[in-house]
Amino acid sequence: MVIAATPDELALIVNGAERRIPAGWTLADLLASLALDARTVVIERNGIILRDRASFAKLELAADDSIEIVHFVGGG
Amino acid sequence: MAHADLISPITLSDPQPFTIAGREFRSRLMVGTGKYASNAQMIEAIEASGAEVVTVAVRRVDLDRSRDEAILHHLDPDQYFLLANTAGCFNATDAIRYARLARAAGFNEWVKLEVIGDQQTLLPDTAGLLEATKTLVEEGFKVLAYTNEDLITALRLEDAGAVAVMPLASPIGSGLGMLNPYAIRTIKQRLSVPVIVDAGVGTASDACIVMEQGVDGILMNTGIAAAKEPVRMAMAMRAAVESGRNAYLAGRMPKREVAVPSSPTAGMLGS
Repeated sequence: MVIAATPDELALIVNGAERRIPAGWTLADLLASLALDARTVVIERNGIILRDRASFAKLELAADDSIEIVHFVGGG
Repeated sequence: MAHADLISPITLSDPQPFTIAGREFRSRLMVGTGKYASNAQMIEAIEASGAEVVTVAVRRVDLDRSRDEAILHHLDPDQYFLLANTAGCFNATDAIRYARLARAAGFNEWVKLEVIGDQQTLLPDTAGLLEATKTLVEEGFKVLAYTNEDLITALRLEDAGAVAVMPLASPIGSGLGMLNPYAIRTIKQRLSVPVIVDAGVGTASDACIVMEQGVDGILMNTGIAAAKEPVRMAMAMRAAVESGRNAYLAGRMPKREVAVPSSPTAGMLGS
């Protein structure tokens, strides 16, 4: 069920699931809320990899953004 | 046991260092990091294996933190060479995307490229693999291509710029050992880039026989991780890879279908 976001918040997709965040949040805010260290993850926003981790604090998230947060796990 | 100390083992060094794309590695055994019962067991097994190159996979972060899966919390990237794979990718586009994500982690531009063509056998989609290899090589990746034991595909991958070709011994996770030694030997004889057998090694004798074919190295995961005692199996695999390499370098005796006595036939009593 999709509920329309209020003016103070926006809805986006993070790792395939919808999340609501306060309007105006940056990518760094989102990572902090998820207790993730930017140095240990790789972020893709709308299909584009964000290489410059220093830019995360300035990158304001938009409604309907699709964010993928990945890292290394065990594999062969 | 004091007398045993008087006999020091002879060790001969390998005349050819194990080198991929100009980088020398200390072990011809490369290991995966999946399927261990615990991270502690994984680390102990990797240490026992003596491997320097360890493979990792790229996956979504579990935002609920229900699993402790972030491998870099356990594996020191200064001690091991992290080789990201594209396991689970069923087409070139996905494999390229995963390779780019892995590179963005910032460790290196190397990728163990897998483009899988079939869920049941996990055999490679060689057309997709070739396509992804070309694209990634153009983007500056060092591509180690997981492929089947087909010579023509191996040659095409080398032409496309792969820095190593990784034919399977048998399907991923099967533990069936090397099913086609002739094909593996042929690939090794015809390629200039390193040939690293990847997948299918089930026990130490399998690893030894693979190395006896003259290939440059082996990558394995399940053969160690799924053993009852993974750490002990890692020790066995390390010794087997070294043993197989030495047997290859030594050059085995020719096979004969008749017996040839090892002891003198002259000087028998009563003759």
